[in-house]
Amino acid sequence: MTLRATVEELVREFRANGRIVIVGASLAGLRAAETLRAEGFTGSLTIIGDEPYEPYDRPPLSKQVLKGWVPADHTKLPRMREVDADWRLGVAATGLDRDTKQVRLADGEQVPYDRLLIATGTRARQWPNPSEAALYGVHTIRSRDDAAQLQKALAESPSRVLVIGAGFIGSEVASVCRELDIPVTVVERGSAPLVGALGGVIGEIAAQMQREHGVDLRCGLGVSSLEGDSGGHVRRAHLSDGTTVDADVVVASLGSIRNVEWLEGSGLAAGFWGVGCDAGGRAFDINGVVTDSIYVAGDVARAPHVLYEYQFLAMEHWDNAVLGAEVAAHNMVNLEPNYRPHLLLPGFWSGQFGVNIKSVGVPPFGDEIVFTQGSVEERRFAAAYGHGGRIVAAVTFDHGKWLEYYGKLIEQSGPFPPPPPGWDQPPDMKPVPAEFPDPRVPTAIPDVVLTGHAPSERTAEFRPRRH
Amino acid sequence: MRIVVDLNRCQGYAQCVYLAHEVFRLHGQEALTYEPNPDDERRLQVERAAAACPVQAIMIDRVEGADRGATS
Repeated sequence: MTLRATVEELVREFRANGRIVIVGASLAGLRAAETLRAEGFTGSLTIIGDEPYEPYDRPPLSKQVLKGWVPADHTKLPRMREVDADWRLGVAATGLDRDTKQVRLADGEQVPYDRLLIATGTRARQWPNPSEAALYGVHTIRSRDDAAQLQKALAESPSRVLVIGAGFIGSEVASVCRELDIPVTVVERGSAPLVGALGGVIGEIAAQMQREHGVDLRCGLGVSSLEGDSGGHVRRAHLSDGTTVDADVVVASLGSIRNVEWLEGSGLAAGFWGVGCDAGGRAFDINGVVTDSIYVAGDVARAPHVLYEYQFLAMEHWDNAVLGAEVAAHNMVNLEPNYRPHLLLPGFWSGQFGVNIKSVGVPPFGDEIVFTQGSVEERRFAAAYGHGGRIVAAVTFDHGKWLEYYGKLIEQSGPFPPPPPGWDQPPDMKPVPAEFPDPRVPTAIPDVVLTGHAPSERTAEFRPRRH
Repeated sequence: MRIVVDLNRCQGYAQCVYLAHEVFRLHGQEALTYEPNPDDERRLQVERAAAACPVQAIMIDRVEGADRGATS
């Protein structure tokens, strides 16, 4: 048998009788499983999820679920095809042994794999003080259970809700509170809401929107501590300027943490920033060498993006989970030259204060912004972000029909400022600084050090910083 | 039944809102919200809404009951 024929036989055998394990039973895990079956994989498929629920959709949780229209358990994702999987739900993966090719579960069981997909996503960052975080009335929102609990708390007409952090989730929660006519204070450490995702110029518009809807918005401030009553119920927050806010519901919307702890010691390039992988979803080991049998998809994946100077980007977006999973699954059951790349032009949406905010591209990659259509005063506009003379992203407020136009320009590395689409142009189209916060803030990113001397022994090693 | 709307693709034409207003709602001018797991009796309405969507953003469950693993 020729080598080529042997390899083809191996692929056939793997597709027929191989063992694939998917860790993560959310959007990316489900879509990957469906794609594997669609690609003709008939071997054994195991899907491991730490939550006890089958895959559900998260975006509705901070919107129609919180508002009380849709129950939290009504978010189960539609199934696009049979997956015939062994579902291991309600048990977390706690370790990965790449030598024996086994995933270790919290109940002690070991699940063997021939190929593994890591789709463990992110979790909500909790309020950092554990005893304050444990006070009754302190919430985060990421899971179906989180949403159910917070919805219940909002339905009991609290006297005031305090939202800590004005990113998309915090802003959506504040919006729901105002729709329910609940007084709400939002405390944001940055200069404005959404400033990390969309910059200070758009952030200022988001701030005006919040205030117009009656949000008590306080920017440039932190929450120093939370105070509870004798019954262990949160009652008050102390802010960094010495003032206090009385609130009986507190929502910590402090961003997300990638679920990579279970990969400690696995020798993968997994850490604070996610799991490094190539644009085909193949995981990198700690040395930056691509692996053959481990793939990554969804929020936890971090891959180089051709449109953004091949920088490694982690995209916590819905379409990244869907398309990244499809690409990774395809590549898991194919060989070169049939690999597919994950070449997504990222996009996201957020409904808040009656306005549909949508974006394409990577806004924080831009350093300038120009309003290209509509009217900021009417909260209906499009704006483009530029970097180095080319358009890298666009954002719309109630102007989503135009995003495709900007998306095409971004894909073609079009000029910045972009040629106007010939409709509803504002009088002033002068680019201004987009005002993103300085990314050079200190973080607890672990050091990676090189050890060993002989070329065959030389390897990288994480040295976590514990502070 | 189960549905999901690709809200990156959705452009707020609101055809679905006219055809199945118990399932799809506009929040403001353009932001669509919806009931992801509507009652089965709404299936015909929802299928019509999905068919009428100009950007084909509404995806409907193609697997009935079986093979859903855990049922919670």
